[in-house]
Amino acid sequence: MDYEIVIGLEVHTELKTHSKIFCGCSTKFGSEQNTNVCPVCLGLPGVLPVINEKVVEFAIRVGVALNCKILPFSKFDRKNYYYPDLPKNFQTSQYDLPIAINGYLDIEVNGVAKRIGVTRVHMEEDAGKLVHSGATITSSDYALVDYNRTGVPLLEIVSEPDMSSPEEAKAYLEKIKAILEYLDVSDCKMEEGSLRCDANISLRPRGTKPLGTKAEIKNLNSFRSVQRGLEYEAARQEEVLEEGGRIIQETRTWDEGKGISLSMRNKEQLNDYRFLPEPDLVPIIVDPARVEAIRASLPELPDARKQRLMKEYGLSEYDAALITASKAMADYLDQGVQCHADAKTVANWLMGEVSKHLNNEGISIGACPVSPKQLAELIALIDKGTISNKIAKSVFEDMWTSRKDAEVIVKEKGLVQISDSSEIIGIVDAVIAANPQSVADFNAGKEKAIGFLVGQTMKQSKGRANPDMVNSLLRERMIIK
Amino acid sequence: MELFKHTAHQLHKRLVNKEISAVELTEAVLIRCEAVEEDVQAYITKTRDNAFVQAQAVDAKIAQGQAISVLAGIPGALKDNLCTKGVRTTCASQILAEFIPPYNATVVEKLITADAVFVGKTNMDEFAMGGSTENSGFFNTHNPWDLARVPGGSSGGSAAAVAAGQAIWALGSDTGGSIRQPAAYCGLVGMKPTYGRVSRYGLVAYASSLDQIGPITRDVTDCAHVLNIICGHDAKDSTSINTLVPDYTKSLVNQVKGLKIGLPREYFVAGMDPEVERAINKAIEQLVALGAEYKEISMPHTEYALSAYYMLAPAEASSNLARYDGVSFGRRVEGTDIIDMYKKTRSAYLGAEVKRRIMLGTYALSAGYHDEYYLKALKVRTLVKQDFDKAFENVDVIITPTAPTTAFKIGENANDPLAMYLQDVCTIPVNLAGVPAISIPCGFAGGMPIGLQIIAKPLGEETLIRAAYTFEQNNDYHKGFPTLGEVK
Repeated sequence: MDYEIVIGLEVHTELKTHSKIFCGCSTKFGSEQNTNVCPVCLGLPGVLPVINEKVVEFAIRVGVALNCKILPFSKFDRKNYYYPDLPKNFQTSQYDLPIAINGYLDIEVNGVAKRIGVTRVHMEEDAGKLVHSGATITSSDYALVDYNRTGVPLLEIVSEPDMSSPEEAKAYLEKIKAILEYLDVSDCKMEEGSLRCDANISLRPRGTKPLGTKAEIKNLNSFRSVQRGLEYEAARQEEVLEEGGRIIQETRTWDEGKGISLSMRNKEQLNDYRFLPEPDLVPIIVDPARVEAIRASLPELPDARKQRLMKEYGLSEYDAALITASKAMADYLDQGVQCHADAKTVANWLMGEVSKHLNNEGISIGACPVSPKQLAELIALIDKGTISNKIAKSVFEDMWTSRKDAEVIVKEKGLVQISDSSEIIGIVDAVIAANPQSVADFNAGKEKAIGFLVGQTMKQSKGRANPDMVNSLLRERMIIK
Repeated sequence: MELFKHTAHQLHKRLVNKEISAVELTEAVLIRCEAVEEDVQAYITKTRDNAFVQAQAVDAKIAQGQAISVLAGIPGALKDNLCTKGVRTTCASQILAEFIPPYNATVVEKLITADAVFVGKTNMDEFAMGGSTENSGFFNTHNPWDLARVPGGSSGGSAAAVAAGQAIWALGSDTGGSIRQPAAYCGLVGMKPTYGRVSRYGLVAYASSLDQIGPITRDVTDCAHVLNIICGHDAKDSTSINTLVPDYTKSLVNQVKGLKIGLPREYFVAGMDPEVERAINKAIEQLVALGAEYKEISMPHTEYALSAYYMLAPAEASSNLARYDGVSFGRRVEGTDIIDMYKKTRSAYLGAEVKRRIMLGTYALSAGYHDEYYLKALKVRTLVKQDFDKAFENVDVIITPTAPTTAFKIGENANDPLAMYLQDVCTIPVNLAGVPAISIPCGFAGGMPIGLQIIAKPLGEETLIRAAYTFEQNNDYHKGFPTLGEVK
């Protein structure tokens, strides 16, 4: 049977506020264990939470950017469950009145646009971290708890089950990440856990309406995991259904190393969270004027920026989408343009040499050793004819490692392009003299032969001869002969 | 008269006039403690050494001619659910028997700033769950008026300490009557302020939406003085009210002319001691004679308040007390795994009543029961609050008994939780509505004190103080002192 995949995502993102959601402790990642703690986030007897207003502001920002309705009256609730990384044994979260509801997000996969519903956005506190004494939970004699992360503010963004392929799920997650980055509310580092994703997935016969029984997949810790984990699960469910089996509602954990998912618990073992309005916090009242003020102050978001890059810079839709998927990448482009470089050229460098080097070293554009200004200067040297494109690539290589400006490198290494025609004529004549067969071929109408001669000339000039001049001078001199 | 029998405002005058020193006063109270504590058992922890340090500091200030607060140098007691930095805070629970908070409750900070002297931390029903202090995880406290009887609860230790002269004043907490009922049973003044008037930061939570800290004192004047110190907005408590705190001593006015009193017939329940009823009626007649007006009113949802309370308070408690799991503080019993550790720890160190309420609350919040119990109780709470709103459209204060009877015998209700819960029937609606109420002595029945409850609208503490002060000034009930420890 032909099945349709139905996917909904729950995305958790840590907000990059300086302090935690309900106390003044630092949210700094990677601090010494149990140093960013106080009686409040440790849940000691008698303490009370106080909402960090910045968290509310960030949540509204995200809600507005995701086209949500911001509720004028929302509240916190307690989600009760026992776990040793949760000092109070309840998580302060939002249940029936979240800060934002009913939004959407537009994605594009293989050129096909799709609108994905955003059910809700809510604020909550993060839990601590368990450090097991052994390699695995079962082989550990004991576990220690690090409460540094306890109380770090989280937003949970819940989508509608509107995605119908793992690719769409990945595209949705990438779009969420881009928006959060543009809003400057989260670091969105999946490897550090500041962006996390759980997925609900089910199958139904194509063309039918009712949803099939779903499985929840946890531990999807990278974009790759999201796609692979969902591909695996869709295939697993299809196999079960094809064999006449029944999908059981369960939570499964994805093992990226083994490329499989394993059952964690089934529906009967699901927690009853006994939600309770948080009596220690007052309701969050949001004035519509505040929402409008935040809406007006939102930065340019990925879609708008993509349109601008296409319109102002003449980039193709593909290139614009690729570059705006990362705010830092798009910022780099804009900064390069501000330094008077041609936008398309900067974009080509970004998608070519820059990305290649970043990928090789596994770093992000934010850590790029060549600044937008430096790249713009390099491009200016090409435009002025000081160096050729080919030389520019080696100069870029040098800039990457030495951190020096392009001009300095070009001077130090004597890479200035030869644009003096008398100097080039000398080399061209020598090459013509040394390669009579190629000259004969060219004169016999074999246009291709000139390529070889250009190559020889460039080689003789150690790449410094102006390629355009070489080309035209060769033609000139060969005709004369 | 012995120093320990005085009120704080009387002692303050004598301190300022240098008739006595704070150290002498502290010594007198501590000697009194030694004499009667074995009988009363009001304290879980005594902070004798620190009390002298605090008293000496006050004496130094007086010697330098510095102005001091009314509570400066006056020994008082703190209920053991108020966090005290460096001093163990047990909530009368075995699970916190060794818990030493690293911080002070906001009220404790305020009292320290006011140079109050702390005698110690008082016994209570475990986690404030109970009305007799028999649910303490340590020992029973005895009523100084009759050692065979309970002091009430849950702030029983605080009330007993003040009644026995082991403290001049005390703080308690009140979730369903836990300040007013023990104050009534021990012949004292106890006030539960408006919800949010006093910061709850550092008060170990029982039912957060109902808990409120308040004073237990020997007279209304002391009550006003303590309120002046402990009330006010606190950035650490989001539910604390952000309005200016009046000077409550300005309401110590002997005048009730034109005060409109409402007497809700629903509060005179079956099982009420006729002598209690008589005392209340007599008090009303007296207030009317002093110029107050009186009318009977109806608060139709009163009968559901108790049931709603015993859904809502346990529901919140089941969540609030989940943190006592043996993981990072408090006592632990080791187990084969984490779940086993939770079970063994909580089984061993939480008392029967606490377990009963945790189960009750967990049940009320469970899927399938949540709407029928918890949500319904929330609706009842709204109706009870509306009863008060409507009543206060026509009256300034509502007067009821504080409790249906005087203090009962230790063990009398121990095996009958429902009979025990009924003792709170007059006080619980006040917590559900979040309004302020005061209990003052209004007579004796069989030698045991009777309490009169006066209730006002939100932030109506000044009205309460004026009404209570007027009644007090026209009577002598508050001047009685138990014969405890005296040679007969």
